[in-house]
Amino acid sequence: MEKHNTHGHDAHESHGGSMKSYVIGFLFSIVLTIIPLVVVLNDLLNKTATTVLILVMAVLQFAVQLIFFMHIKDEKKPRFNLMALIFGLVILLTIVAGSIWIMTYNTVAS
Amino acid sequence: MLDKIKEFASEFFVTGDPLILGAQVSIGLSLVAIIFVLTFFKKWRWLWTEWLTSVDHKKIGIMYIIASILMLFRGGVDALLMRVQLAAPELEFLHAEHYNQIFTTHGVIMILFMAMPLMFGLFNIVVPLQIGARDVAFPFLNSLSFWMFFFGAMLFNVSFIIGGSPDAGWLAYPPLSELSGSPGLGQDFYIWGIQISGIGSLATGINFVVTILKMRAPGMKLMQMPMFVWSVLSSCVTIMFAFPILTVTLFLLFLDRYLGAHFFTLDGGGNPMMYINLIWMWGHPEVYIVILPAFGIFSEIVSTFSKKKLFGYKSMVFALMSISFFSFFTWAHHFFTMGSGANVNAFFALTTMLIAIPTGVKVFNWLFTMYRGRIKFTTPMMWTVAFIPCFVVGGMTGVLLSVAPADFQFHNSYFLIAHFHQVLIGGVVFGYFAGLYYWWPKMFGFRLHEGLGKWAFWFWNIGFYVCFMPQYALGLMGMTRRVNTYDFDMGWQPLNVISTVGAFLMGAAFIFQVWQIAHSIKFYKKEKDGDAWDGRTLEWSIPSPAPLYNFARLPQVTSQDDWWEEKQRIAAGEPAKPLAPLEPIHMPKNSGIPFIMSVCWFTAGFGFVWDWLWMAIPGLIGVAVCMLARSFSYDTDYYIPVDEIERTEAALRGTK
Ligand code: HEM
Ligand SMILES: [Cu+2]
Repeated sequence: MEKHNTHGHDAHESHGGSMKSYVIGFLFSIVLTIIPLVVVLNDLLNKTATTVLILVMAVLQFAVQLIFFMHIKDEKKPRFNLMALIFGLVILLTIVAGSIWIMTYNTVAS
Repeated sequence: MLDKIKEFASEFFVTGDPLILGAQVSIGLSLVAIIFVLTFFKKWRWLWTEWLTSVDHKKIGIMYIIASILMLFRGGVDALLMRVQLAAPELEFLHAEHYNQIFTTHGVIMILFMAMPLMFGLFNIVVPLQIGARDVAFPFLNSLSFWMFFFGAMLFNVSFIIGGSPDAGWLAYPPLSELSGSPGLGQDFYIWGIQISGIGSLATGINFVVTILKMRAPGMKLMQMPMFVWSVLSSCVTIMFAFPILTVTLFLLFLDRYLGAHFFTLDGGGNPMMYINLIWMWGHPEVYIVILPAFGIFSEIVSTFSKKKLFGYKSMVFALMSISFFSFFTWAHHFFTMGSGANVNAFFALTTMLIAIPTGVKVFNWLFTMYRGRIKFTTPMMWTVAFIPCFVVGGMTGVLLSVAPADFQFHNSYFLIAHFHQVLIGGVVFGYFAGLYYWWPKMFGFRLHEGLGKWAFWFWNIGFYVCFMPQYALGLMGMTRRVNTYDFDMGWQPLNVISTVGAFLMGAAFIFQVWQIAHSIKFYKKEKDGDAWDGRTLEWSIPSPAPLYNFARLPQVTSQDDWWEEKQRIAAGEPAKPLAPLEPIHMPKNSGIPFIMSVCWFTAGFGFVWDWLWMAIPGLIGVAVCMLARSFSYDTDYYIPVDEIERTEAALRGTK
């Protein structure tokens, strides 16, 4: 509560973004959106390749958002946001990989 | 016209059961009584400005605790009804359908609407005081969390008299919980009640993580925090990552039921097993979410009443944090019998056994803290000492269950029931009681009668063993969970009778506690100095109950157990820490938006349950309007001027 900001203007201090980095981020995210769109609309690749491509683009998009807009790189120490992010990714991986593992062994039932 | 109304009412209200009719009448009467009292004493405005709109963490904590004790009462009555039904073979006290509803609501209420809010109540009251802060990081969100929990819980609870209770078990496994198995409204009440309160729980988790990381008093390093704060941090980190899984899983179930999707159905490519897999990814962390803070409470109490520093501070921190991490890797032990094959079962059996190790470490820490201490057996300390053997046994039966091949015998038998009640009652409930007794003087400024508290203690403890030890044996004799009756020739009656007697002993214990509170209020004696137990941590350095702003000056922390060290220094004749001049204190303003927004959520949920879009959509619009209103309100804080602080402090400390 001590950290509340009553005065709107200094709420944006220390975010360390520059016009340049925002523009680059914006371009990256547009390109990463357009590539899968073009590939899908024009049937450029087969099904597996398309899926892989979409997944890869999605992961890159995630990284771009984090770096250019969420400023994950500029966080001061201790880097709680980064830690939370890594923990979240570990849990996510566990959920997906764990479920696939458990459920494939379970195919007898379905 | 009249016929139509009658028809509607008979669908709307649950009818045809004398027990429920009795409940409906008594609920109606108590509502009328409450409204009458509030109106007669002109207390509506007071209720609104002092409580419903409050963003003060201490008041929110008290509201959490009151709500959870009411829920403990309802869950407890459910339990006694079940125990009566099982006391003799072939009883017809509760018929099968009613029995199913009661064990379902009992489970949901006890974990989600009793244990969780009692835990949040203690978080709210204790954490800011222990870290020397003036409130939590997001006071508005805190109030919103409480009201979301409250209205979610109410939505779940009304199903008892309106629409019909859920009856598919506390985790609502499909296909039983799908439309095909549960066409009634009960399951929808379940989904919406838990979803709404779940958002509140998630927000509380985030709020306390931020509070602990960002709002500690100047000088307090992470490794100087009281152990309870560490346990809250570990529990809240677990909440942050576990609750989204619950929300998504229940949302998928909702899509199945509401829009005819096929995530967990038997047909259309769905797989019910997937639900079981997902729900336990939340479910297992959840049991650790509720037990970790209890570990923290015991650590505080043990060191206060042994007059010693906690033994092995670092190992305790390490144990807490590693449990919160590893609790995400054991979930499949809840469905060893699903048939996932030997590799899967072996892996999860191993992780389950491993997580018992950090738990064991803590037991030794408490024992070594007590070793050669000057132990004082106050009620909080008694609960702590009783907890240790109880939890050790509960943990060991857990390890027995984690032996996958053996679990094919134990699974879903009364052995399992006995295990989890032993860790939940002997661990979680005893722990929170210990915390409630310990911090009671801090919350309310008076002490509880120790004698009655000891009666309650003995009734709870003896009742517990009488009730649950026979259930281990019953499980091994083949009695499965969730049966509403059994044949005479099974030979289960004697042990069941003993178990029921134990349940009623615990019921009596609850009455002792109510009596204890009432008695202590009647013979109210203001507790003069804020340090009721000669405590060690910062909450004991301020008056009881704490003033609105908690600390007139933010404490300057230099060591672990800072208040204890300060007292030692003063006793040794050294000068106390110099007092900085008072400054105006920045505080958040009360707000009615959390309450109103939660009412809107309730409305939306109720509308979806009945499939009344005319009700659900305005409810959701209300939610959106509240969010907008909050986004555009700038007048959300104020300063308490120095002279007001001086006056308050003089009044509080003047009685000394
Ligand atoms: C040493 C630690 C523990 C171990 C090794 C352990 C192990 C297990 C295992 C293997 C099961 C599944 C048995 C079956 O379904 O057949 C189980 C069930 C359960 N445990 Fe534990 N447990 C431990 C601690 C706890 C704690 C601390 C709590 C709660 C505070 C808890 C609450 C539960 C609940 C609620 C269930 C049953 C849920 C249900 O099926 O409805 N356990 N435990
Ligand atoms: Cu578990």
